[in-house]
Amino acid sequence: MARDKTLGEVLRERGISRRGFLKFCAATASLMALPPSTVPAIAAALEKARRPSVIWLSFQECTGCTESLTRAHSTTIEQLIFDTISLDYHHTLQAASGTGAEDARESAMQENWGEYLLVVDGSIPTANPGYSTIAGISNVDMLRETAAGAAAIVSVGSCAAFGGIPQAKPNPTGAVSVSELITDKPIINVPGCPPIPVVITGVLTQFLAFGLPELDHLSRPMAFYGTSIHDRCYRRPFYDRGQFAETFDDEGAKKGWCLYKLGCKGPTTYNACATTKWNEGTSFPIESGHPCLGCSEPDFWDAGGFYQALSIPTGDLPRAAAYGVGGGLLAGAAMGALNRVRKNRAVQAHEKVTIDDLEKERKP
Amino acid sequence: MTEIEFLLWVRGPAFEGATVIFVLGVAFRLLEILMLGRKANLAEARGSAMLGGLRTIATRSFPDATTHKRSAFTHTVGYIFHIGFFVTLLLFAPHILVVEKAFGVSWPALPTPVVDATAVVTMIALIAVLWHRLKDPVLRFLSNFQDYFAWFLTILPVFTGYIAFHRVGMSPPTLIAIHILSIELLMVVFPFTKLMHAFTLFMARWYNGAIAGYKGVNS
Repeated sequence: MARDKTLGEVLRERGISRRGFLKFCAATASLMALPPSTVPAIAAALEKARRPSVIWLSFQECTGCTESLTRAHSTTIEQLIFDTISLDYHHTLQAASGTGAEDARESAMQENWGEYLLVVDGSIPTANPGYSTIAGISNVDMLRETAAGAAAIVSVGSCAAFGGIPQAKPNPTGAVSVSELITDKPIINVPGCPPIPVVITGVLTQFLAFGLPELDHLSRPMAFYGTSIHDRCYRRPFYDRGQFAETFDDEGAKKGWCLYKLGCKGPTTYNACATTKWNEGTSFPIESGHPCLGCSEPDFWDAGGFYQALSIPTGDLPRAAAYGVGGGLLAGAAMGALNRVRKNRAVQAHEKVTIDDLEKERKP
Repeated sequence: MTEIEFLLWVRGPAFEGATVIFVLGVAFRLLEILMLGRKANLAEARGSAMLGGLRTIATRSFPDATTHKRSAFTHTVGYIFHIGFFVTLLLFAPHILVVEKAFGVSWPALPTPVVDATAVVTMIALIAVLWHRLKDPVLRFLSNFQDYFAWFLTILPVFTGYIAFHRVGMSPPTLIAIHILSIELLMVVFPFTKLMHAFTLFMARWYNGAIAGYKGVNS
């Protein structure tokens, strides 16, 4: 596949009809909540797009993000589009190994300096560069070197976006997110553990068609992370009615009531799970009866327990109350005793006024 | 400190600390009042002090026509914001979870939109009482810093809870953290301000009624 062919040419070569291509563009537009009028714009931009070089770096990660991307939609047009991006380097997916693999990365960087898209999954260890290396190069060095020539960086997964599980307490490797190391490049965060496959491809498509998308305060594309799970949850009416599952096998759970009491993080989690869903639109965690873990939010692993409702205190309240009662009674008794002493002293010091005293006052 | 760390601090050590101060303060104030004691009443009892006390607790807890005639505004709006505050505090599902965690008891929640509307009514009523306090020359003359501070501490949790529920302005974890923090502020200041009336009012009513009951008259 020659790199200088446009996306449109490649798709036609592969037997994708104009109709099929436009259908994909329309689906992408609706996925990104864009009006139908933008479909021709997406089509035109993608049609003309040259296959951009993409370098995918995997650091401290579990390959779940790549698994999500490659497995879930194995035969859809999204994957074809993804094929059509020139994925020049990806540990898991590339055939080359050893020096050949690193050569591929370096030549892709040289040929497309300043233009290639860098995708990163996994966090970067900073406590000791030896904790994670590729071809003898530490993750920090490889990220800095590759980021230098990138047009933009897409941090795929919560580890690359926010530090994720490697950064969870006590963070033995000193793991950090991409944005903590690279500050001079546009970074798009696509968090999730893993992110939804069509969200990964959707963000790439959006980037190819329109450039840098609109991002929220955590650098996540608004198109996919603009609304909370809670606001789009089909179980929301049960929350509003105050009907909650108390355990995983009670009547409420069987009737599909709200999972808030079982620790659902839907109200504080921004992602497209409730609308896009997983496994080609089959379902999402809440639909299969499990509370949202909030995996697309920073520090989700340390947010006070997956099965603890968000609002409740985590401390030992009976102990705090016992200290309070003990201290209060002691202080109260001391103050009460002091008041009595004062009162008794006042009574003792009290001088009775006699008639004589009053008579004295009357005399001029 | 990230926003999740802030939320965890607010839910954990900060809430524990606020609980210690709140319970300590309430126990301290109650014991101090009770230890003041009273001289033995040497007069012969003409009725039951206990019954008189209990009767007054009941009669002063319900709307009263004379009081209403005298100050209709304070009477009406006072009831509205007190009831609204307690409905919002005690019948919202996430709040009941906190009670369950602290005391091990729970009860059914009201539908969320009802609590939401109640919170709005409560805030309007609280703003109305402030407006009344500022507008009425006598009330304004009698008001000091503590009156305004107590008002602020009361409306703050309702307001922060409202914006947390509707997720206005900030990220959800920050909003929830600020809401819980506003409750903690209320808990810390509560025993040492006039807000303590929530604990002393029944004592005071009983005492008033008991004096009258002992004398064999209605209070």
